[in-house]
Amino acid sequence: MVHKDLAEFEDKLPLKLLQEIEELAPAAKLKKIAKKVLEEYEAAKIDAGEAVGLVSAESIGEPGTQMTLNTFHFAGVAEMNVTMGLPRIIEILDGRKSIKTPNMEIYLKSPYNKGKDIREIALRVKETSLGDVAKEFSLNIGDLTIDVVLDEATVKLVDATFDEIAKAVEKGLTGVSVKRSGNVLTLKLKEKDETKGLNELYRVKERAKDVYVKGVKGVTQVLPVKRQEEFIIITAGSNLKKVFELDFVDTDRTVTNDIHEIRDLFGIEAARQAIIDELFKVIETQGLNVDIRHIMLVADTMTAGGEIKGITRYGVVSEKASVLARASFETPIKHVINASLKGEVDKLNSVVENVMLNQTGPLGTGLPRLVAKREE
Amino acid sequence: MAKKNEAVEEKTAEGVQEVVERTVDKEQFSRERMESMTHYVYKQVSSVVFGVLSPKMIKKMASAKIVTPELYDKEGYPVDGGLMDVRLGVIDPGLRCKTCGAKLKECIGHFGYIELARPVVHVKFVSVILDLLRATCPETGRLLIAPEKLAKAKGHLDKIEEEEGQAERRKAVKALVAQSCRGGKNPFTGNKLEKVSIEKPTGFVEGDRRLSPIEVRARLEKIPDEDLEIFGLNPNTARPEWMILTVLPIPPVTVRPSITLESGERSEDDLTHKLGDIVRINQRLFENINAGAPEIIIEDLWDLLQYHVTTFFDNDVAQLPPARHRSGQPLKTISERIKSKEGRIRHNLAGKRTNFCARTVISPDPYLALDEVGVPKIIAMKLSVPETVNDWNMEYLKKFVQRGPQEYPGANYVVRPDGKKKRITEETKEAALEELQPGYVVERHLMDGDIAIFNRQPSLHRMSMMCHRVRVLPGRTLRLNPAVCNPYNADFDGDEMNLHIPQTEESRAEAEILMQVQTQLISPRYGLSVIGCIHDAITGNYLLSKKDDLTPQQAMLLLAAVGITDLLKVAGKKKISGKEVFSMLLPEDFNYKGVSRSGDPVVIKDGKLIEGTVDTKAIGGEGEGRLLRLLHKQYGPARTIKILHQIANLGIEYLMLSGFTTGIADEDLPKEATNQIDDLLHKAEEDVALLIKQFKEGSLEAFPGRSVAETLEMKILERLNKARNECGKVIRQFITDKNNAAVMMFSGSRGSITSLIQMSACVGQQALRGKRIDKGYSGRTLSCFKKGDLSPESRGFILNSLKKGINPKEFFFFAMTGRDSLMDTALRTPKSGYLYRRLANALQDLKVEYDGTVRDASGRIIQFAYGEDGVDVSRSENGKIDVKRIVELE
Repeated sequence: MVHKDLAEFEDKLPLKLLQEIEELAPAAKLKKIAKKVLEEYEAAKIDAGEAVGLVSAESIGEPGTQMTLNTFHFAGVAEMNVTMGLPRIIEILDGRKSIKTPNMEIYLKSPYNKGKDIREIALRVKETSLGDVAKEFSLNIGDLTIDVVLDEATVKLVDATFDEIAKAVEKGLTGVSVKRSGNVLTLKLKEKDETKGLNELYRVKERAKDVYVKGVKGVTQVLPVKRQEEFIIITAGSNLKKVFELDFVDTDRTVTNDIHEIRDLFGIEAARQAIIDELFKVIETQGLNVDIRHIMLVADTMTAGGEIKGITRYGVVSEKASVLARASFETPIKHVINASLKGEVDKLNSVVENVMLNQTGPLGTGLPRLVAKREE
Repeated sequence: MAKKNEAVEEKTAEGVQEVVERTVDKEQFSRERMESMTHYVYKQVSSVVFGVLSPKMIKKMASAKIVTPELYDKEGYPVDGGLMDVRLGVIDPGLRCKTCGAKLKECIGHFGYIELARPVVHVKFVSVILDLLRATCPETGRLLIAPEKLAKAKGHLDKIEEEEGQAERRKAVKALVAQSCRGGKNPFTGNKLEKVSIEKPTGFVEGDRRLSPIEVRARLEKIPDEDLEIFGLNPNTARPEWMILTVLPIPPVTVRPSITLESGERSEDDLTHKLGDIVRINQRLFENINAGAPEIIIEDLWDLLQYHVTTFFDNDVAQLPPARHRSGQPLKTISERIKSKEGRIRHNLAGKRTNFCARTVISPDPYLALDEVGVPKIIAMKLSVPETVNDWNMEYLKKFVQRGPQEYPGANYVVRPDGKKKRITEETKEAALEELQPGYVVERHLMDGDIAIFNRQPSLHRMSMMCHRVRVLPGRTLRLNPAVCNPYNADFDGDEMNLHIPQTEESRAEAEILMQVQTQLISPRYGLSVIGCIHDAITGNYLLSKKDDLTPQQAMLLLAAVGITDLLKVAGKKKISGKEVFSMLLPEDFNYKGVSRSGDPVVIKDGKLIEGTVDTKAIGGEGEGRLLRLLHKQYGPARTIKILHQIANLGIEYLMLSGFTTGIADEDLPKEATNQIDDLLHKAEEDVALLIKQFKEGSLEAFPGRSVAETLEMKILERLNKARNECGKVIRQFITDKNNAAVMMFSGSRGSITSLIQMSACVGQQALRGKRIDKGYSGRTLSCFKKGDLSPESRGFILNSLKKGINPKEFFFFAMTGRDSLMDTALRTPKSGYLYRRLANALQDLKVEYDGTVRDASGRIIQFAYGEDGVDVSRSENGKIDVKRIVELE
């Protein structure tokens, strides 16, 4: 709710500006200043017909040449490897389903973020496999069984119980029956595989090492880091949904850099914001100045259909109504052939088609369509 | 067959079902206009329809039937019914077209056709045909979807297509068919369905029996129109049987012109060669069929015909050997002509070339205004501007014609109202003068004040093409004010730039209003000034604003040099400060508060620089000069550009007055400083040695999540960087304003503290991929080191300065990082180029509508208000409205 003096400007000025006025201006002069701001705001408004898309493309494409190709970077002493620079920008704009270095920043709820036992907490997030908690794997060749001796200390560390592990192994390892006695799991090959004998046993042993037992699937590395006054956990690998199920995680602030995951979990608006944040982060760390509006426009184009569409021939470009516009991008023949099957009509509504035909496009000075009648 | 409706021009449109044209004016009017002005565009294409040509259509649009592979007879005249038949258009000058009677360049050419002896498959439609064969009943031609499902299917499929595209629709149809034909049973007859498979590239096989194109065609013919619609084809534009060719259209000769070699021999186009093959095999096939040859021979010829027709469309089919020239080079057939960067679409249709343009080396000239471009006289005499003669400028233009093309400012051509262009020469001069009357157009030489568009590649943003006013100058280079180097990203180490001269009033007006340098001051990328002072202009102003004791004579000299003539204010004083001189350029009511690079405040009050020094943060380009941004906001582009020009020249003039040079001596440090630096570096080396010792002893504690070795690396790197930064502190301590290299650094005009450190103290650690150098031999970087040596010197730390000289080992490391950064640039350029192209292609149709929403070409809303608040970045200040300043002003 804004100040009553500003009420009349509510639908004329963006909320952000109103708040800024209220904050900076002395109460007595609110109205006068708001009027001035409105004047400047109106003068700064964009003209109809402006080719904002191309301007945005230029604004992101031009500094692209100045960005480093550095795939990895070490921000400070104790942070994870993260794809940065041009490759990351390309990755985001492609709308790739799997990204090179997924990672999360997990914020913790109050008592946990003080730094006490932070490493233990971090370990509970990390994906733990049987190999991590086992002290040794011994093969019993005679019975065709494997005895897995669990390390009690590590098991405790990852907040698991022997029973839990036994169950997880039973579930995760096919073709094997599991029996537990104390801290020893006995894996017995199911009958049909017994015929294959030793080879199979060895194979099962290798497989057993990677069986998931505890923690969050997909999180391969965890790193507790101090951010300002609190401790957070940075992870390599991302699985937001499972992390949110943990009781010590502050779900309000925890983020991932995997845009598709955000889209699946929170919907398209959140994904849009994630694209903006991620792109802006990269551009900022490269020391470049690109206005957020350009990034917004790109993010909006990618998400306008409710799905994340990459800036590729399969994504945004394939959505275009004009056959010629699509053909002028990539794979022209495919587009022309498919258009002919459907008998598509190109209405020549956008830019390239009109360039091709040497006509003015409906943009900028070509937007007003005036036809003067000549006096007879 | 042919997939695209090639007829886009109005003339061909009539016969060919589809190009819709809109006549803007009445016929009579247009004819009248046509007579006076030949290039008046009176028709507009409003849409283009795509479809598949039917055999009937092909015959209808053809003007000749091609029956013989021969091209020319003994006299070298095109054979009737040959591939170069005169009815297909003219390619020889002087001849008239047999079909339309027009001359070369006027006649756009006419199609012909060949009657194929046996039908062949069009490669580009193979996948559609296959899907159709699989989805339809061999007997009835109905889609194999149970009737009760069929009713519902269409709506459902249309929705899929709309949302997910054609490919998904076909998948959905396949799925429906699979449902209805469980167990391979035909839902209509209950017969067993044979599986149709493909024998790549163009053969179809049912069960184990090969289907000939004739059989395929017969089946496709049976498919009713309604079923095609469900399948996703439009039966009006694409009947499936048309995808099996029975007649083949022959493109006009204008599409495949032959070239006459120097020897007088004719060299035919690749397409003509390919068509020759097709016609030859086709004739043989005809003959063999008529002679009742054995089936095997006919089959073989048929396959050969199929091969030739296939490669005629696409010579890059995976399973076929490409058709080649005798020299072994593959033929460029239709697909290759259209495809890729050099293809028709991207090269000729989306890319245009122009006349009236020039390109040479550029050089700087600070005496040119920012929106001027210096054009060499030789160029000015080649480029011209058309001026229409009227009663008032007749005498004026006559003088140009009188001077002719050889004398400057003359004219090159006179254009008569009927469009005839006549070159002015000594001989024709008199006649042209006689003839000249209102309505004629004189193409006069380029003169001062003409409008030109100036451009430097790569044209990455809109400021790469700006409109300048011409200044004709002696010399052979194009010249520009160094202050506009930033937006063009130009320097003068041999860069070349292009100049274009708009030829119509409309284009000139548009260029002037939308593209002139003034209008491009503020970048739409970040809302700050891209154009600003560079190099000496900054250094000069920096020094000037620090100077307190100029004599009035000096001050007057400076001011007069930048064009300030009102010198009364300066006269009579004993001493004048540089700040006062600088203030003379500013508007009297100008107020500015900012900070300099050193963080000190810079205050301008009522047009007077009261406090602080002027440096890049005030007057620099590329988003640095905040003073410029404010000037632009308050006084508009025209005045800003004038002030900027004066500021820049003031800086340069001051340097000329005071003298400014830099040399190797600027990198000299006093003995005391070198001692300190030596100590620092020595200390660092000792610390690193200690770290290594700890590591070897195992007493080094690892960082969380890192191994001990990684921790050691990090610590060493950190320590060495610290050492170099400490060197910087020492340097800062010892250099003074007497040191010109330092002056440039402090003013922000060139160089940085790092470059000074590297030159005079220590080059520092060379890093590859964020690590110290560890590549090379196993366990060591160079063979002169011991294995496992982790010392700074063996891992790319360069202790010496560039001035002192680096030793061979250090040189080697320096070269490694140097090469690495070259690689990086070389790899990055194409990657970012492609990203840019994709972005531009995806976003090019987005525009702001009159209602303030951002929409794409089909009217879909992308944003309700541009950037959430509708603010144009190039009208904002760094993307914002500066509320704070407004508050302060009140």
